[in-house]
Amino acid sequence: MQAANTVLIEEAEPATHTNAPPKVSARDVCVYYGDKQALFDVDLDIHAHQVTALIGPSGCGKSTFLRCLNRMNDTIDICRVEGRIVIDDEDIYARHVDVVHLRARVGMVFQKPNPFPKSIYDNVAYGPRIHGLASGKDELDDIVETSLRRAGLWDEVKDRAAEPGTGLSGGQQQRLCIARAIAVQPEVILMDEPCSALDPIATARIEELIDELREQFTIVIVTHSMQQAARVSQKTAFFHLGVLVEEGDTEQIFTTPKDDRTQAYITGRIG
Amino acid sequence: MTSETLPDSGTIRDRNSDKSALVKAGLKRRYAAERRFRAYGVAGILFGLGCILLLFYTIGSNAIPAFTQTMLRLDITLDPQDIDPDAISTANYRKIVRQPVRALFPEVTSRRDKRALAAMLSPGAAYAVRQMVIDDPSLIGKRISILVPLSDDIDQLNKGAIKASSDETERRVSNKQIAWFERLQDFGLVETVFNTTLFTAGDSREPELAGIWGAVVGSFFTMIVTLALAFPIGVASAVYLEEFAPKNKWTQVIEVNINNLAAVPSIVFGLLGLAVYINFFGLPRSAPLVGGMVLALMTLPTIIIAGRAALKAVPPSIRDAARGLGASPLQVTTHHVLPLAMPGILTGTIIGMAQALGETAPLLMIGMVAFIVDIPGGVTDPATVMPVQIYLWSDAPERAFVERTSAAIAVLLGFLILMNTLAVFLRKKFERKW
Repeated sequence: MQAANTVLIEEAEPATHTNAPPKVSARDVCVYYGDKQALFDVDLDIHAHQVTALIGPSGCGKSTFLRCLNRMNDTIDICRVEGRIVIDDEDIYARHVDVVHLRARVGMVFQKPNPFPKSIYDNVAYGPRIHGLASGKDELDDIVETSLRRAGLWDEVKDRAAEPGTGLSGGQQQRLCIARAIAVQPEVILMDEPCSALDPIATARIEELIDELREQFTIVIVTHSMQQAARVSQKTAFFHLGVLVEEGDTEQIFTTPKDDRTQAYITGRIG
Repeated sequence: MTSETLPDSGTIRDRNSDKSALVKAGLKRRYAAERRFRAYGVAGILFGLGCILLLFYTIGSNAIPAFTQTMLRLDITLDPQDIDPDAISTANYRKIVRQPVRALFPEVTSRRDKRALAAMLSPGAAYAVRQMVIDDPSLIGKRISILVPLSDDIDQLNKGAIKASSDETERRVSNKQIAWFERLQDFGLVETVFNTTLFTAGDSREPELAGIWGAVVGSFFTMIVTLALAFPIGVASAVYLEEFAPKNKWTQVIEVNINNLAAVPSIVFGLLGLAVYINFFGLPRSAPLVGGMVLALMTLPTIIIAGRAALKAVPPSIRDAARGLGASPLQVTTHHVLPLAMPGILTGTIIGMAQALGETAPLLMIGMVAFIVDIPGGVTDPATVMPVQIYLWSDAPERAFVERTSAAIAVLLGFLILMNTLAVFLRKKFERKW
């Protein structure tokens, strides 16, 4: 942690965002799985063009919270979400909100790379196709190429876009999944431990990519690795036993945590 | 192993060597048990294989004679006096085919012997000549050479199933007929040819004229109806139950009932078909339409159960990926889940269809057991199916039907093996490609 050197920059950066309204804002979010409560009154603001890392020990509710943001929890029968989550002044749990539309705005990358067992091209083109984002073959080709380029995969796969996506290596598959997510032009990208199944080199590649993507998207990433959170994120939120313990600038969380539990977790005493 | 269980436990090394001896003693027993288990397994498999080989051997050896037919070559003069060119189809062809045979045996004069001589020819001989003349009326007035079938008894005599050495009262061929047949053989007029009738004709009371084509076509129409009903309904039910239905006690009740349905004896479905389709809705009796509808009921649970298993086997991560991109529930299913589950569903469907193809009992209830000579032309024509044809032939008194029964079984088994091979092939080809 190069705290001393970056203090000035880090202090300057949040200042620009505090004026702008948060991209995503969660208030009093409680989640229940049947009778068991998994999240307790979570309040969290996520700002545009920043990477927000959600950290915490296993079972702390960070993934549950992430999946609330694009309503993936809807698919679990026993799951119930209370509270308000607002994206750009729109309550995403309001009655009139269409989940399909919401998920076109809030993309997701999963823990295990899960490309469709189709060609690389079809993987990336699937989202634009179902949402009708491309008016013709040429435009679709463009979207696929741009997305693969942004995901840093284009040079590796441009000659074999017709081959199955499942034939790629783990790291390439995960970048393919990222390309697939950004092809829909979402505003927010949720990443659920995107590197936990990858080796360190592939992980480094994805982390670089996340940093580049920040310019265009708002990114929320769940991670088990505190080093990763420190490397890629600007904001960090620490969850413990379903409670949002502390949130703030990544720098501050890792250097001067306010809460004892955060302190204990980042120094490795609990977790 | 602790010191308490070992008497005289001294140093750790002592205890260890004791333990190792104990383990060694036990190892022998464990390996022996393993070898015994393997031996039981191998014995079981060998027994199964032996049974299958025996089945194939008996059916095959019984069926082989059915693939040939004993024919007689006749030179027939189509006299315009016998055949009125204006009424070709009504001429007396029986007389026309008998004349050249009688000409070969001028010494046969008594009425009784003449009839016995004529009986050596199959009734099919006259039909064959008639068909030939109808096809080409210009033959009238000419002399033709034609192969006509001999009767089933002579055919069996030729194939050795009826032995000339046996007592005359115990066989359906008289000594005189045997003598005549031997003379025909001496003339070089008897030929044994491939039995095309077996594969092109419908059923007949005369074994030498009976074929399985009518039953094959009947089975085909029945299977088409079954597939057209059971596949879409079964897949739709499986998809709804697996992907869309809420998991509550109603869906549980439905699930239990579908599993129960799979265990219902097939004849019960036949009774249901008789009561509902024929008596209530007034659909035609003996028709592949009704047969197919009954078999569809029977096949549905198989397809639904196999379909649900196949859908369940699609990894949830694929569903998540599609949902995460904003695919609607129907798109998730039709674009991703269903195509991935399709090989499994098809395997289940083929196995279900193979069961339906071999089913007899429910079809007896709805009248598909009738004696039907004509080849069915559609799903509402009276028809029978292969297993029912086998059942009918196995019941027939003529010796020649024994080999035809086996031949029909061989054909049915051929279709079943083909279908199951296809199922295995599909399963292997598309196995887990994610």
